[in-house]
Amino acid sequence: MKILRISALLALVSFFSAPAIAGTLEDVQARGFVKCGVTTGLLGFAAPDDSGNWKGFDVDVCRAVAAAVFGDSSKVEFTTTTGKTRFPTLASGEIDVLARNTTWTFSRDVDLGFEFIGINYYDGQGFLIPASLGVASATDLDGASVCIQTGTTTELNLADFFRANSISYESIPVETNDEARENLFAGRCDVYTTDASGLAATAAQADNPADWILLPEIISKEPLGPLVRHGDHVWGDIVRWSLNTMIIAEEKGLTSNNLDTKLAMNNDPEIFRLTGKEGEYGAMFGLSNDFGYNIIKQVGNYGEVFERNVGLKTPLKLARGLNAPWTDGGLLYSPPFR
Amino acid sequence: MHSLNWIKQNLFSTWLNSIVSIVLIYFLASVIPPLLDWFIFEATFIADDRTGCTTEGACWAVVGARFYQFMYGFYPTEEVWRVNLVYAMLPFGIAPLLWDKIPFRKQFLFFSMAYPFLVFFLLYGGPGLSSVASNKWGGLLVTLFLGLGGILIAFPLSIFLALGRRSKMPAILTLCIVFIEFIRGVPLITLLFFGNIMLPLFLPEGINLDTIIRALVAVTIFQAAYGAEVIRGGLQAMPKGQYEAAQALGLSYWQMNYKIILPQALKITIPALVNTAIGLFKDTSLVLLIGLLDLLGIGRAALADTKWMALHVEVYVFIAGIFFIFCFGFSRYSLYLERKLNTDNDGENK
Repeated sequence: MKILRISALLALVSFFSAPAIAGTLEDVQARGFVKCGVTTGLLGFAAPDDSGNWKGFDVDVCRAVAAAVFGDSSKVEFTTTTGKTRFPTLASGEIDVLARNTTWTFSRDVDLGFEFIGINYYDGQGFLIPASLGVASATDLDGASVCIQTGTTTELNLADFFRANSISYESIPVETNDEARENLFAGRCDVYTTDASGLAATAAQADNPADWILLPEIISKEPLGPLVRHGDHVWGDIVRWSLNTMIIAEEKGLTSNNLDTKLAMNNDPEIFRLTGKEGEYGAMFGLSNDFGYNIIKQVGNYGEVFERNVGLKTPLKLARGLNAPWTDGGLLYSPPFR
Repeated sequence: MHSLNWIKQNLFSTWLNSIVSIVLIYFLASVIPPLLDWFIFEATFIADDRTGCTTEGACWAVVGARFYQFMYGFYPTEEVWRVNLVYAMLPFGIAPLLWDKIPFRKQFLFFSMAYPFLVFFLLYGGPGLSSVASNKWGGLLVTLFLGLGGILIAFPLSIFLALGRRSKMPAILTLCIVFIEFIRGVPLITLLFFGNIMLPLFLPEGINLDTIIRALVAVTIFQAAYGAEVIRGGLQAMPKGQYEAAQALGLSYWQMNYKIILPQALKITIPALVNTAIGLFKDTSLVLLIGLLDLLGIGRAALADTKWMALHVEVYVFIAGIFFIFCFGFSRYSLYLERKLNTDNDGENK
């Protein structure tokens, strides 16, 4: 009896929490814009510019989806989410896609009922130190004081790593990124450890970023990816292939600038399929066949998006590293477009 | 001559006073000039991005470049007249509630009653106006909407809760006690999460409350519970004779409270009420944690732009300044109110 009641309650809750389980594409098309969840502001990944347009690495995934669905990368509205509200917001249908540097883990994928459509950034926990410390490897950090955000997986990773390498350290717990940065810059800790992209953002805010170096060790896997709700596979496919299109475009050397000339001069059938010059691929999930063309033309390929937002020419100065195409020794590898 | 006397009497009356004065003057003299340099003389007011701020002082250019966002968030520029209208009407909506001596107060009071509905209509849109969802709102707009909205809607609720908690009817009494104690027993951030995540589960399908309304609900019930306890304190401070006299005159329960008890009880609770109101106004910045970009959130978003990053001090000082203006205004008003109300009675509270 009790089990029955609990399951009835659960059914009720899930009924209310997933109002639009199917037909996200139809909803989006009827509405006229994609609703995308982003952070409340993260250097390089998502932030509004002076005129209120959202810019950033995660934001461009949303723009690519909008370009695919509407042929117009501006038809997207952004909802700001925090680490705590992002999953309920997605589950309740308030947003169609969550692109909020979210780590793909088993329980988020399976238990929370979401579908990670791919990985748009391979991150990992690293170490940021002042160059004056004169250390070249994390294994030389014996006796260092380490600023670390409490209650995060980074804290556990750090303990594991230092124990495995029998290094002693003093942990200085901080609550927020801001606090860690101030402590580090003031010399109250020797090392700050969090995701490498976050460390790059921290170093970028120093008076002289060259005084700070990222150690080569990356001690955890943090694959960040956009996600959608379980249950609507068409929509999941659209978001997945919007990202894949950008990755393939880079592999094939297509950029927003050279796209038209390449199309005119090239005989590569995959490029023709990708841009809709050949085949009926877009129609397979209810989009126009040139959805790939629109993504590349309006948003750019993966490399362009990377360099524009977080690459070496930006203050974040992130190297491609794992986020290079597989042909350049990275991990980016999209299934073929055929 | 007069000022010299004043200085002698107040600053250098004894040798101890003289030493304290000299130390303080030295302290101010060494602190104020660098501060002024930073704030004004060495500051950069116009620049395209942070690299354009080459002077030693503050880089106020970030505030200028983001002023629109600080005031309106991402409200569409072609619709921003609606927010401006709401801001412009705010003094007219609030003034008749705050001052009883303004001309045409009766007519204005009708406007005050219509004002909240006008605000809703203008900000959200409706017949004739395009709808603007709250993911476009931000900055001062969110802070004022939640802060003032919470304070104003909660006030009548607090009165009823306070009366209910002193009621002799067991059902009402229990309900009020449970409500007040539950709400006061949890932090505001819990209520915000409750409003944001749980509230949609209780609503019938198809009814989708906007995030900011859910936040407003949380802020309002929080303020109502705290306000109720403050007002209950005022009610308990009323001498029993006041109640007995009112009953002896044959006044009904509502007449007694409306005419005799509440005017006196509310008066003595003004400082405490304003105190909780100021607290709530500042607490609204917690909505950042549920993804709403209030003043603080917009400031932090500005810092997440590579153009303006690392200008933390400037952004936070600006935000602090705005909060100070409002909170200082609240507290000045409460002083004015106390003084005004005190002249009405025989002066026992002086």
